[in-house]
Amino acid sequence: MTKRIYVIPIGFNDRSLFDPLCLSLAHRFGMPAQIEHKPINIHRAFDPYRNQYNSSVLLAQLIEDPPPDAGRILGVCNFDLFIPILTYVFGEAQLEGIGAIVSIYRLKNEFYGGQSDHHLLMERLLKEATHELGHTYHLYHCHNMGCVMNSSVYVEDIDEKSVRFCRECERMILNQAQK
Amino acid sequence: MNNSDINILIVDDEFSVRDSLYKWFRSDGFNVDTAENAAAALEKFKSKNWDIVLLDIKMPGMDGIEFNRHIQSLNKNIIVIIITAYASVDTAVQSIKDGAFEYITKPIDPDNLTHVIRNAIEKRRLTRENLELRQKIEDLTSPDDIVGTSPQLRQVLKMVAAVAKTDSTVMIRGESGTGKELIARAIHSNSLRRYAPIISINCGALTDTLLESELFGHEKGSFTGADRLRIGKLERANNGTVFFDEIGNISMKMQMDLLRVLETKHFTRVGSDKPIAVDFRIISATNRDLERAVAEGHFREDLYFRLNVVTIDIPPLRERREDIPLLAQYFFNKYTQSMTKPIKEISAAAMNQLINYDWPGNVRELRNVIERAIVVCDGEVITPEDLSFPFSARSKQAIGDSLEAVEKNHIERILNRTNWQISQAAEILQIDRTTLYHKIKKYNLTKTM
Repeated sequence: MTKRIYVIPIGFNDRSLFDPLCLSLAHRFGMPAQIEHKPINIHRAFDPYRNQYNSSVLLAQLIEDPPPDAGRILGVCNFDLFIPILTYVFGEAQLEGIGAIVSIYRLKNEFYGGQSDHHLLMERLLKEATHELGHTYHLYHCHNMGCVMNSSVYVEDIDEKSVRFCRECERMILNQAQK
Repeated sequence: MNNSDINILIVDDEFSVRDSLYKWFRSDGFNVDTAENAAAALEKFKSKNWDIVLLDIKMPGMDGIEFNRHIQSLNKNIIVIIITAYASVDTAVQSIKDGAFEYITKPIDPDNLTHVIRNAIEKRRLTRENLELRQKIEDLTSPDDIVGTSPQLRQVLKMVAAVAKTDSTVMIRGESGTGKELIARAIHSNSLRRYAPIISINCGALTDTLLESELFGHEKGSFTGADRLRIGKLERANNGTVFFDEIGNISMKMQMDLLRVLETKHFTRVGSDKPIAVDFRIISATNRDLERAVAEGHFREDLYFRLNVVTIDIPPLRERREDIPLLAQYFFNKYTQSMTKPIKEISAAAMNQLINYDWPGNVRELRNVIERAIVVCDGEVITPEDLSFPFSARSKQAIGDSLEAVEKNHIERILNRTNWQISQAAEILQIDRTTLYHKIKKYNLTKTM
């Protein structure tokens, strides 16, 4: 059975982002990627005090009852994510699991008071999606500044790194994929 | 240091906090574990050395403040980062006072957490490096040349161990070459001052003016030739130890200057009137009879008592002959290794000579004899022929002051050295063979080895 990446939109469905995202992820991880619609109860993840959504709660729903051919599951949402100890996160992933989630909320230029830039948003989303899926291949944060697995705290950090894995991370992805 | 080399323990009663911190640190490749309270964390302390502990303040049972104190009492090198939902300056100050590294309020800004952890790792790295360097210093300064098992030496080492723990001034007495400086270094390297320098001053080797400049330093232009500032040895020895070798040789003026420093703990550089505070321990050594020098008025009595709080007498080597084979073997191993010579051993006959010799130059002379023997030895074994005793006229076998006794001993020594090669011995003695035969008969000399 051919394993595939399921990209699950949460709260929005912008084909101009999702279609190129699927194409790029398929190319990068060597397996087909497609959009899949799955009902996610976002209210369970909402924290009214913080006005944010708990990414761990959403991730748990995403990986519940995965399709048999699910190689990876990536949720993409448009609201602000957090994990309890941190003020915000761009995304979260299972280290050596199948699930990951990213949010475009803090990837948009508008969040920082700038002009909307669809192309830049697409690039940031692809980097963050690749980064979080990289964790599912048991990749840790990489010290190589250009590598997509380099840790990003600010959106500027995302802009500075490339969309590619460094040679060492690429090798580890291949090793993991062969398992 | 890789992230995987760093062990992080997260102690928090909230699962969501433990879980999210665990994931955060795991994605950075750290070695992470969690505990829901202090008791569970203590269990984890039994099985692993933790580098960094993230500790919640509000926990049921022992709280974070209390547990932090406990961790600090276990190991001050563990870096504790306090986390709490309640920003309170009092608790922050208290935990920092108790030795915590940092204090963060949750939810934490990712950037802040990254910085705190990066700083914590840097501190941990420096702490580890510091510990390693201290170990290296201890290895380098350990006086490994003190070798022997004789009761006399054991007594000296017992005194060294006892006096090292104190800050008392020590007077080391012993013949030349007995290892007075080694004993001084042993005291220093076992004392609380061991991470500061030990500065050695040979009082016998310097003139009064030079010694003054050497000890106190001088300001630029303070005298002709003082073209730059010189920091004196006392200043360099601050927090450490000053070892005055041959203290009995200093002039009355220097004795007075030194006494003043000892009493006031201050001195001034030559050419300056600015007092400089110093804190050092003094160990001095002499091979002179200082009591006699005091009685004769050559050494100040007040200085003598200041320097002589504890006395350590090092026995001459001839009074601890059982240490000679050990010392000989020690120097043999040391020099064959450093000279990379394929010499296997010291022969029994050579060792016998070493044991029976009187060693007026003590351990230093023994070391030199062994070193020279290794240089001249062509074979695999050091034989009596390889040994050369510069003061052999004073050896055990050469007792007697008469001319005949000295002549007998000298001829016997040359014969032994040449392995009774009569022609060679006669040539060295600058007498003819017949005369040598005559003398051998006269003194009833026989080949013993």
